[in-house]
Amino acid sequence: MPDSPLISVRGLARRFKTREGSVDAVRGIDFDVRADEIVGLLGPNGAGKTTTLRMLTTLLEPSSGSATVAGHDLATQPREVRRRIGYVAQVGAAPSAGTIVGEELVTQARLQGLSKTDAAARLRELAPSLTLEGLTGRALMELSGGQRRRFDIALRLMHNPSVVFLDEPTTGLDPQSRANLWDLVRSLRERTGVTILLTTHYLEEADALADRILVMDHGALIADDTSAALKARISGDVIHLTFDEGLEEAERIAREALTPRDLVTADGALNITVDEGAVAVAPLLRALDAGGLSPTSVNVSRPSLDDVFLTLTGRSLREEETAAA
Amino acid sequence: MITETLLVFQRQMRILLRNPVWVMFGLTQPILYLVLFGPLLTEVRGGGLGGDDSWRIFVPGLLLQLAIFGAGFAGFGIIQELREGVIDRQRVTPARRLSLILGRTLQNMVTIGVQAVVLILVAIPFGLDPSWGGVLASIVLVCVLAIGISAASYAMGLILKDEDAFAPFIQGVSLPLLLLSGILLPMSLAPKWLETVSEVNPLTHVVDGARSLFRGDFGDGDVLLGAGIAIALSALLAIWGARVFQRQSA
Repeated sequence: MPDSPLISVRGLARRFKTREGSVDAVRGIDFDVRADEIVGLLGPNGAGKTTTLRMLTTLLEPSSGSATVAGHDLATQPREVRRRIGYVAQVGAAPSAGTIVGEELVTQARLQGLSKTDAAARLRELAPSLTLEGLTGRALMELSGGQRRRFDIALRLMHNPSVVFLDEPTTGLDPQSRANLWDLVRSLRERTGVTILLTTHYLEEADALADRILVMDHGALIADDTSAALKARISGDVIHLTFDEGLEEAERIAREALTPRDLVTADGALNITVDEGAVAVAPLLRALDAGGLSPTSVNVSRPSLDDVFLTLTGRSLREEETAAA
Repeated sequence: MITETLLVFQRQMRILLRNPVWVMFGLTQPILYLVLFGPLLTEVRGGGLGGDDSWRIFVPGLLLQLAIFGAGFAGFGIIQELREGVIDRQRVTPARRLSLILGRTLQNMVTIGVQAVVLILVAIPFGLDPSWGGVLASIVLVCVLAIGISAASYAMGLILKDEDAFAPFIQGVSLPLLLLSGILLPMSLAPKWLETVSEVNPLTHVVDGARSLFRGDFGDGDVLLGAGIAIALSALLAIWGARVFQRQSA
């Protein structure tokens, strides 16, 4: 079935009941993921990414809607789905004393249905590709952050799943480990052809890894496209100006001086999208100067996913990242 | 399903055996009762108590205490496993939900079985002189009960998800159950109303059954009732636990 999507989601929704009333964590989303694709589910904290993943991995029952994963219906054939998927959840608490890397990997494989010999063979095969060789006798407690993450991924690859879900795979990792993990995810797809759906709130992560990006906000999908196409949607450069005062006046002047494709003010800054930033910046500064305003900083940038998010939602993803951190 | 259950059981046992101090830790409370409280009963008259006979009344009660507290506290472990991500990781496998919980309860059962044997060995020098066949049968009874109680405890751990909520819950449930089952003193000493209330507690009948077994009265109606209740209760609690395992989502 090369053409039928490996993940197909229709109207998937989840409502949580809380003391304050009900919360729609996911509001009826539709999307498809083809075999071989790496798709990034991008959005701020609380957008509904993890809830979506937990539904697709059979851990959470959808309130409504349906999905097929790896050729099987989520609601009616959950065991068949579980045989074919790997779900790497967000990093958990420190592991218990007495857990050993190799043993945990083999136990997990056997719960997935592998025989004892198959599980052992798979461990020998998989450990080197995740640079876990030599660590199989090690206690989980002794692993570094990067090693623990690779172990987490290895756990869910033991049974050769056709779809792997990664929830915030690099959160909490140092830049070096993060870059290593990105390489690992790419090479994983190249070697095994596994389909990957990952969530992230790091723009550069979605940009670096995903063939296609689903942007999620407040439980809804607000965009579904390649990184390049999303950037082309803005099709222009962004002039980013910050002001101590006079932001509204600056906005008025900018609208008169240029014909901006888009203009957004957020957090004391003016973000102006224009066709050619380098050309537009000089007349803009002259006009601002004539109006008695001088920006505290000026920056011209090629569009990033942050700008995409800003255009789509009117909010900057980075602000929320800092707020969440 | 048996393979899956054994896989989970073996994993839990491996972890336990690398820190066997926990097995002894769970024994401190019943052994303290045995050493510091038990001797008082040899001086009490009534309800079958008095002299060395007291030990045949008191030790079965301690076995039940072992099961109620030891297995009852199992839920703390699953809250930790929930945090580590072990529970979700196992729930995403095709393994049957009943296996995931049974494998864990078997580990609790083995732990409590071993603790029960140690407790009885410690009681011998104090003057315990029971029917040994009855002791063996009582240990089996306690093991069966441990499966049900730990399954229920795991289920509550999954529902409450937090030690701060689980601790008061388990204290609030286990202490009344313990006192109302006549574990420290036989309920035949109780005023009528208390005795009636304790009749409703299924564990009362399990203790009564174990006490008959310690005396060697295998044909006693208490034995049959106690065993029947232990098996039925455990089966119900284990099935409920598996359903919670299936349903509960973070």
